Amino acid sequence: MSKTPVQFSLNGSPAAVFVDDAQNLLDVLRRGVGDLSPKYGCGQGTCGSCTVLIDGEPHLSCLTLAETVEGRAVETTNGLAEGPQLHALQEAFMENFAAQCGYCTPGMLMAAKALLDRTPRPSREEVIEAISGNICRCTGYEPIIDAILAASGQPTRRTG
Amino acid sequence: MVTITTVETLQDAAANKGQGTAFLGGGTLLMRGVNYGDQNVSRIVRLRQPESLAGVSSEGERVRLGACATMATILKSADVAFLHAVARAVGGPAIRNMATVGGNVFAPHPYGDFAVALLALDAKLRMSDGSELELERLLAARETETRLIESVSAMRPAGDDFRFLKVTRVKPRGASVLSIAAWLPRRAGRISGARVAFGAMAPTPVRTPAVEAALEGVSLDQNGIDRALQSVANDLNPPDDSLASGWYRKEVAPVHLKRLLLGQGTR
Repeated sequence: MSKTPVQFSLNGSPAAVFVDDAQNLLDVLRRGVGDLSPKYGCGQGTCGSCTVLIDGEPHLSCLTLAETVEGRAVETTNGLAEGPQLHALQEAFMENFAAQCGYCTPGMLMAAKALLDRTPRPSREEVIEAISGNICRCTGYEPIIDAILAASGQPTRRTG
Repeated sequence: MVTITTVETLQDAAANKGQGTAFLGGGTLLMRGVNYGDQNVSRIVRLRQPESLAGVSSEGERVRLGACATMATILKSADVAFLHAVARAVGGPAIRNMATVGGNVFAPHPYGDFAVALLALDAKLRMSDGSELELERLLAARETETRLIESVSAMRPAGDDFRFLKVTRVKPRGASVLSIAAWLPRRAGRISGARVAFGAMAPTPVRTPAVEAALEGVSLDQNGIDRALQSVANDLNPPDDSLASGWYRKEVAPVHLKRLLLGQGTR
């Protein structure tokens, strides 16, 4: 099996790894780079727990051939906080009880970040659309939707 | 073991096609197979710069979509606003950033909703050898096709002549129980030259000749479409899968076709 060198930006820092043929980005992030924040859920693009941002747009890292991120910018949940200071989305997820088992949370956070980066004050419908590719089996989604709205500074069903 | 071959041009990629070789589009279907150990794939051929085949442009009464244009690219282009509802029906935002027009043409049942729309819009494919091929002909023989798609040309429908509907069990996103695309050109209020295509009702997207014939010369009202609704079952022999049985699909097809034609279910 051959190895291919791949260089990309991971959460703003340069990353360089040798990837195996047909290795997916999720596997490279978790086992090659040691970033365990994106999760392996289904491996078939259904659950969204492996969602990362590539050049600012959400992608499913389990379905992304690793060598295709050469020269691109990858963002994961590990890059959200600045030291001890959590990202507004992470704070809002805590405040709104948007995580139970937490397995979907990294994917939800990245899908939400992509939305807020593009649309700072989204409507509830836009939030639902943004996380429509992410499955949560615990919360029933409402706390997650509320958290994303709260992070954008808008009233939620609880507070509004 | 799967190996990767990276090439510069589509022609190079086509030259590398062969037994066990698959071309990487967005990866949404190919990589899931690789992740699950699909033994039919031993080599993946990919373009180093797929963006070079990702353009969207107008060509008179038609539009041209690069084979590597993603659903997100479609959604960003005002030139193809009539396809936005179709692109939006393909997966969530992450999938739409990856899934390509060319890949959708080869998507197995029950996927390929975008190809259903292209089929209704009289799509013609520009292939890697420079030839042109009707989408309908490719779909009939896509399992053995060795050429690759460079771009797709589709008609630009006028006004509300184009309609699309996708039926899923999971909301807001899920694979198709069925999808329907209809291009309904009208003259003096009567349909002339309709093209109606169904997805998830056969191994590939298919047109429904009996429905199209029954719509010729009628107006889009309950009386006008009655014969078309009765004809649906003649053209379709849908498969069973975990989403729905073939029997169920056949039973509900006229219901959804009626909603589409009367504007009650357009998305």
